[in-house]
Amino acid sequence: MTDMPIVRTSREEIEVYRFGPVISILVPLLALVIQAFVPARVHAFAFFDLPLLVTIFFAVTRRSQMAGLMTGAIIGLVQDALTHQAIGLYGIAKTVVGYGASSLGVKIDVENPGTRLLVTAGFYLVHQAVYTLVARNILGATMEWLWARTLLAALLNGVAAIVLFAVLDRFKRGT
Amino acid sequence: MENFFSRYRNASLLMLVLFAQVLGLAVQVKRTETGGAEIGGTRLIRVWVVNAIAPLEKSLVNASHGVRNIWRNYVYLRGVRHENRDLKEQVERLRIEQVRLSEDAAQARRLQVLLGFKEKFISQTMAAQVIGSSGSEQSHVVYLDKGGSDGIKPDMAVITPDGIVGKVLRVYHASSQVLLINDPDSGVGAILESSRLQGILRGTAAGETMLRYVMSDEKVAPGDAVLTSGGDRIFPKGLPIGAVQQTNPGSDLFLNIRVKPAADLSRLEEVLVITKVVEGTPTQTEPSGTMRAADILAERLPSVPPKAPAAKPAGGVNAKLPGNPAVAPTAAGVQSQTAGANATAMPAVNAPKPAAASAGGPSDANATKPAAKPLPPVPPPGTPETARTDGTTTKPAVVKPAANKAAGSGDAAKPKSTNSAGQPPKPVTAPPQTQPGEDVSR
Repeated sequence: MTDMPIVRTSREEIEVYRFGPVISILVPLLALVIQAFVPARVHAFAFFDLPLLVTIFFAVTRRSQMAGLMTGAIIGLVQDALTHQAIGLYGIAKTVVGYGASSLGVKIDVENPGTRLLVTAGFYLVHQAVYTLVARNILGATMEWLWARTLLAALLNGVAAIVLFAVLDRFKRGT
Repeated sequence: MENFFSRYRNASLLMLVLFAQVLGLAVQVKRTETGGAEIGGTRLIRVWVVNAIAPLEKSLVNASHGVRNIWRNYVYLRGVRHENRDLKEQVERLRIEQVRLSEDAAQARRLQVLLGFKEKFISQTMAAQVIGSSGSEQSHVVYLDKGGSDGIKPDMAVITPDGIVGKVLRVYHASSQVLLINDPDSGVGAILESSRLQGILRGTAAGETMLRYVMSDEKVAPGDAVLTSGGDRIFPKGLPIGAVQQTNPGSDLFLNIRVKPAADLSRLEEVLVITKVVEGTPTQTEPSGTMRAADILAERLPSVPPKAPAAKPAGGVNAKLPGNPAVAPTAAGVQSQTAGANATAMPAVNAPKPAAASAGGPSDANATKPAAKPLPPVPPPGTPETARTDGTTTKPAVVKPAANKAAGSGDAAKPKSTNSAGQPPKPVTAPPQTQPGEDVSR
């Protein structure tokens, strides 16, 4: 019985991190600028969703549902403002992801690269599903759900998350 | 109740935030359906966001251009000589092509005047730089570094030298948002160049462009050029859109025609915004400073040193050429022939220019004579090639039916141009080795 592996990290072991106000504003802003700047030159970069990765990172690191959903909502609404579509599509999708990621961050340890890959890929799929659902049902948009493309994008974002989270880990401060 | 909200505080907040956003979406959709203006709140959010992001993007663009310029202009100069030589040759070729095309355009303008056509002309454009995009695969828009302060307005057409790009959708103070033609919300009036079939070009969610509303019983082949039809009142008529890539029978009455855009929409850097379009009947005035194809050829051909007028035989070398194929013509003689051949195809060719006259060599003295003689008859099919001194042949200029028509409708009586020797172009009929129907300027 004593050799039984720990399958879930207990709440007491999980540390809650905080970020300075400069990092909290600058990192999402930078992610939005890069997301808007690079795909105009390298079209394949549109596969990545840096604002989503930043939303997930802040949500799982802060481990506060309220902070997670607000971060997601704000980043999503700003991302919406850069498109020509109605404002709220990315806002709703990222609000859901922010809330879900922070809820998950409370329950499991997401410091492991493998876990980060799986969590990010999973939330990418959730994000796309919510986005498509809202666009189809509220805006009446004709959006196709391409499984192969979406799964590939989820995997790529998961890999990108491993690198990005490792960089952003340097800015977090323990409570 | 209080206990419920305090117990499920976070979930309640989530529902509240989601509800607010769904409500906001519904209001925006309602406004769009009723054709109302953009509501103040969303406009304000967009202005704030774009004004915060655009300066950063401009800085990044400037920085990347600076680095690229340093690299290209000072570090990486490998193959520049070779490239320069190639480009010079290309410029030469294009100059000849340009003259030929400008003559065709002038001819078309004259015919349009005769027919009383009204057309839209691009009279003013503004160069702008692409500074960013939406960053989303669902929204195919780009941002330009020019905005309302530069005179950009909504619904202005955006093009590149290769083809059309899109239209200005929203204008901010120092930037503007352009909806690309491959967005599902975009629509462009299009026409197939060869068959003149009209349709509407629409984007898809995957970023492709499809030509819609062409009946399934029509024949459309891959490679057919697609141009703007002018029916959308945004893009002037005749701008290149792209080429047909694939055609499939659709599920309804129409074909599914996939079009490959001429402009590379995934790598836009500099674009032109059409800021002014003039609608009217084209004028007949010739563009100033134009050169004939023959003149440019004359500059390139080796010139014969001028002889003393006394030593010149009457009629010059050129006079012997058509009637005596046995006489090997000089380069100058060939030039005179080509000028004469071109003159038949160009009703409003100017008086001989010094460049052509100098290439005329021995016939220079004749160049001062006024061009008073009427245009000779158009050479019939079977017009011969003219032998050149180097053994190659030049072919006579093509005479298009439209030109003949114009000449026949009253222009023929007017004094036409002469060749570089100052004489009217001769009908070239005698020599063998016939190969008609090609332009000498090619």
